[in-house]
Amino acid sequence: MADIKVTVDNITVTVPEGSTLLDAAHKAGIDVPTLCYLRGINEIGACRMCVCEVEGARALVAACVYPCTDGMVAHTNTEKIKDYRRKTLQLILSDHDQDCLGCVRSTNCELQALCRRYGVDNTNYYEGKKNTFTIDASSPSIVRDNNKCILCRRCTAACEKYQSIGVIGANERGFETYIGSAFDLPLAETSCVNCGQCIVACPVGALHENDSTAAVKAALADPSKHVVVQAAPSVRVGLGECFGMPIGAEVEGKLAAGMRRLGFDAVFDTNFSADLTIVEEANELIERVTKGGTLPMITSCSPGWIKFIEHYYPELLPNVSSCKSPQQMFGAVVKTYYAEKKGIDPKDIVSVSIMPCTAKKFECGRDDQSAAGVPDVDYALTTRELGRMISEAGIDFVNLPDENYDDPLGESTGAAVIFGATGGVMEAALRTAVEWITGQELGKDLLEFQDVRGVEGVKEASYKVGDLEVSVAVASGLANARKVLEMVKSGEKNYTFIEIMACPGGCVNGGGQPIVPSNIKNFIDVREVRAKGLYDLDSARPLRRSHENPSIKKIYDEYFGSYGSEKAHHTLHTSYVARKVNADHE
Amino acid sequence: MKVSSVPFQGTKEQEAKLLEVIAKYKGQKGALMPIMQEAQEIYGYLPYQVQKIISDETGIPIEKIYGVATFYAQFSMSPKGKYVVSVCLGTACYVKGSGAILEEVEKVLGIQDGGCTPDGKFSIEVCRCVGACGLAPVMIVGGDVYGKLTPDRVADILAKYE
Repeated sequence: MADIKVTVDNITVTVPEGSTLLDAAHKAGIDVPTLCYLRGINEIGACRMCVCEVEGARALVAACVYPCTDGMVAHTNTEKIKDYRRKTLQLILSDHDQDCLGCVRSTNCELQALCRRYGVDNTNYYEGKKNTFTIDASSPSIVRDNNKCILCRRCTAACEKYQSIGVIGANERGFETYIGSAFDLPLAETSCVNCGQCIVACPVGALHENDSTAAVKAALADPSKHVVVQAAPSVRVGLGECFGMPIGAEVEGKLAAGMRRLGFDAVFDTNFSADLTIVEEANELIERVTKGGTLPMITSCSPGWIKFIEHYYPELLPNVSSCKSPQQMFGAVVKTYYAEKKGIDPKDIVSVSIMPCTAKKFECGRDDQSAAGVPDVDYALTTRELGRMISEAGIDFVNLPDENYDDPLGESTGAAVIFGATGGVMEAALRTAVEWITGQELGKDLLEFQDVRGVEGVKEASYKVGDLEVSVAVASGLANARKVLEMVKSGEKNYTFIEIMACPGGCVNGGGQPIVPSNIKNFIDVREVRAKGLYDLDSARPLRRSHENPSIKKIYDEYFGSYGSEKAHHTLHTSYVARKVNADHE
Repeated sequence: MKVSSVPFQGTKEQEAKLLEVIAKYKGQKGALMPIMQEAQEIYGYLPYQVQKIISDETGIPIEKIYGVATFYAQFSMSPKGKYVVSVCLGTACYVKGSGAILEEVEKVLGIQDGGCTPDGKFSIEVCRCVGACGLAPVMIVGGDVYGKLTPDRVADILAKYE
């Protein structure tokens, strides 16, 4: 595409044809304020925060959707524009619950930041009617508070465009408009998959996770409880952002130190059970391939994905690996193997997980996730919730020393840490399955399966493994998963193994991760930056194959016997249920 | 859930008709509105059960259908009663006090404008001028026109309908 020249606030920049004024201003180093704009999914020019003046144009234009032309001259910061933006903010505030002091998004709220920037305070600028809504806390994962909603539609765009679900949308019209589900069904009664992409899309406090920190703090304060914590791979490239560190900063050691200082009795690593997942899943894959089981086999780590397939493609449930997710495998091991070893009654153990995910809160309450007769995991906290607990405790996270995870469930390989990025589970499984099938060790150069890396929505690759032709696909974001499943259903593609993650880019971009303001994520691919931290950790690890993890070898020697044994099945595998897209109502 | 208190009484015939309509529009872009309009012609309104059929058959999320249904005044989520009570809120009737007539109808039937009584007998719809301004204020019950009304006559009139 040809380049064009545009002058923004007296700075002339060259941009590709088709660029918007927002892009040109960004290139000129100017942050034009936006609220409704999310690149790629919500380009609707509705909120009018980004209005600018273009010389020769009849009226102010919305920079986020205004196409640049060659020689265009624009102004982004005149008094007229600032007045207009101020009025827009005042009008939004006139129907906004200004509970800033108690709001979970305070100091990380795009509306609040813009009000500060333009000197708009809590003066009652416009008297008149205010909408009041009931808060929907029916879901174990997501709380919706329409009293704070500014109707930007970023959440509904995420639900519909990223995930192809669309359980929330705009109802009614005019002043009565609100975001809700059909017939105002509580979110928990819809086909919402709990992924939380709506939460990380929300500029304000209208959406947040169903907070479990109070219950965890109560457990920590109870001397009769043995409180064990695990943290997922992606948390270590997200948590730092809660404390002002750069996006994707790797804080593996500080994370262990921070959790220990909060008073957890044992600080473990979900990476351990990611390795466990790989050996069980690779074993299951080889069994399916050699014994004529249902193929393609599809991964089961992502609980948002699991609920999606239960609602939308129940006929393909036999294709899903019966392996529990790493979170649940971990909890199961804690309350069986670890409890036995430590001589603690599983009922006295409180098993907590730190996850980049909101769907994990739903997953830990599912049926068939209680290996010891009590739930494998009691509380799943998001990265953000852990961040809040660390802040509340006054822990100087940024300056914490690096500490190790506790034995025996803290040891892990590089294969585990890449679980957080789309393609990571596939790569980890391939490292193990290929070596098991061929009986030969992969050389260092062959250990990295580059074809399945990267943020592309659908990735495909084929490998010759011994006599087998192994064809794989990797999808992230449920709209992409849908594309792959349709190709499987139609017979257009014959894959052997498919990895699916509910969130675009995988867990690094999960609905439980720190929320990046739109003026940053519209210009930086957060998924790539965070994933890089994980791949760096992998390449620095001495062990990079799950089956090499000494603690994994030990747990099979001491407890499970062999991969896929009856005991392993009882503890580490689960089952699924077929659900409807739209429930029956009388 | 925001549903009508009148139980859904859709028939197999109505469902077959709706499925035919949906099949007719299969693969066409922008077909949701016409499908909803024809569905409303078949059932008289668009309750959850009807929107569910449209969603299940077309793959369009039910929330999207509900969003359209609540956006446009032409769609109703409440059935029409055996007798539709139309109270005229046109200028002449309004000046002559039809607001109080509507309030009285709502009070006697225990439902709001747009609603239907749980026994399915009456529904209320306001209208704007029926061309009988000389009789203002006017109310129509099941096709019968009542003019020069006063609120105290409303209960007796409605009681005549079985």
